[in-house]
Amino acid sequence: MASKRQFRVWRGDENGGDLQDFAVEVNEGEVVLDIVHRLQATETPDLAVRWNCKAGKCGSCSMEINGMPKLACMTRMSSFAEDETITITPLRTFPVMRDLVTDVSFNYEKARETPSFAPPAGVAPGDYRMQQVDVERSQEFRKCIECFLCQNTCHVVRDHEENKEAFSGPRFFIRAAELDMHPLDAKTDRKEYAQAEQGLGFCNITKCCTEVCPEHIKITDNAIIPMKERVVDRRYDPIVWLGSKIFRRTS
Amino acid sequence: MTNTATQPPRPRAAIAAKTLRTDRWWLAPLLTVLGLGAWVTYATVRVFLQNNYWVEKYHYLTPFYSPCVSKGCDPHAAHFGQFLPDSPLIPYAALSLPFLLLFRLTCYYYRKAYYRSFWMSPPACAVPDGHKTYGGETRFPLIFQNAHRYAFYAAVVISLINTWDAFLAHEKADGAFGFGLGNVVLWVNVIMLWAYTASCHSCRHIVGGRLKHFSKHPVRYKLWGWVSVLNGKHMQLAWITLATLAITDFYVMAVAAGWINDLRFVG
Ligand code: SF4
Ligand code: SF4
Ligand code: FES
Ligand code: FES
Repeated sequence: MASKRQFRVWRGDENGGDLQDFAVEVNEGEVVLDIVHRLQATETPDLAVRWNCKAGKCGSCSMEINGMPKLACMTRMSSFAEDETITITPLRTFPVMRDLVTDVSFNYEKARETPSFAPPAGVAPGDYRMQQVDVERSQEFRKCIECFLCQNTCHVVRDHEENKEAFSGPRFFIRAAELDMHPLDAKTDRKEYAQAEQGLGFCNITKCCTEVCPEHIKITDNAIIPMKERVVDRRYDPIVWLGSKIFRRTS
Repeated sequence: MTNTATQPPRPRAAIAAKTLRTDRWWLAPLLTVLGLGAWVTYATVRVFLQNNYWVEKYHYLTPFYSPCVSKGCDPHAAHFGQFLPDSPLIPYAALSLPFLLLFRLTCYYYRKAYYRSFWMSPPACAVPDGHKTYGGETRFPLIFQNAHRYAFYAAVVISLINTWDAFLAHEKADGAFGFGLGNVVLWVNVIMLWAYTASCHSCRHIVGGRLKHFSKHPVRYKLWGWVSVLNGKHMQLAWITLATLAITDFYVMAVAAGWINDLRFVG
């Protein structure tokens, strides 16, 4: 059943912009991205939006819907009341390009800075063997679709532009954790790196990254806190230190 | 490589409203302030009252006074000696309380709770942080949150003491075995305290999280799995234990003061 609903969409560019009102037809089963497409097909052919898969897998359609960072293609219109006005704005943390499109290159710079997988010595690619129990923690983080909703929501950079240089953000903490927990990764100083170079200490574990992640990755519980604990291990824990002296076991 | 900080930041979208959230995002921080505020007030008052903490007849000791190590303690309640000076300013359990406070203050869950509610950093997701600058836990004093590990070890010791108290509470003043509602209250509290302590993120890390190869440590992997299940409920356990602690203390106080009679099953 089609009905007309009220929308407010931010339109503008780096020189300014505002929220504009539209009444748009909504049909059963539609998502917010469908409405944006209908606007493009009708009143505003030049409305800029980034999208690709419309299946929650490419991570392109990140925007803010009623103030919450979300994937437009995964936000069902049925989750709003009939008479509710729905406000659609671009991601706040990144520079705006036009309308709903922002420049997310901050994230690609941070990605380039993050040390990649370090191959184990003496094992040729193709000969890598590992057990499922050993890789399963890392696999959770491989679900990331790089929508950067977590990066956008994290107050460390969202509310403090000046922290962008020192802080890599939750998406890259899960990358560091993924590799640090990887059974074959040969790099041993990822925790020190996370603390010193990625700005792990800026995170105050308030869990907004976890709250907005469309892949339901437990970013804070399974990556950030374990990395903080690994930093503590290295530097401050007497019992772990003693245990490693007495048993001389490798972990 | 381009660097975000060396160039002046390019403008973000000019959106006037600080937040466009339409849900009741302020409810959770508000409830946290009320809940934690009420609990801290009750606990502070109780800790300094220095009375009605011990039921001589049934050997019930409230966790807020355990271990009772002040010279002011009832000698029957003092299972670990009495060496702290008796003063209205020094709680009878001044040996354990600072560590328990530290344990909860540095707990990853409580940190989230009070950073969001009391400190508004941030009050809710996509709602602006109430501060001009922000350094997180990178420098003094918040860098000391990393001491949570030590507080965890202390909390394990204190949980052992509370467990011992629950055992001792089955021996009545006349030496016979006793079992009453107070024992149930004490045991529920102790079990919940253990669940909370075991669900701690530091515990999860120590038992197995720090390993790189689970396959080489099957026992620790199992333990880690169990702790991880509990860890998923850490927030709930944090609140449940605040409730059980307050209820246990109140029950002991009510029986000790003679406001209610303990319901006895045996003895
Ligand atoms: S938990 Fe840490 S990384 Fe995640 S949003 Fe909060 S401050 Fe940012
Ligand atoms: S971790 Fe989640 S929120 Fe962050 S970029 Fe990946 S999928 Fe998106
Ligand atoms: S369009 Fe691909 S995630 Fe929404
Ligand atoms: S007690 Fe909460 S994380 Fe340790």
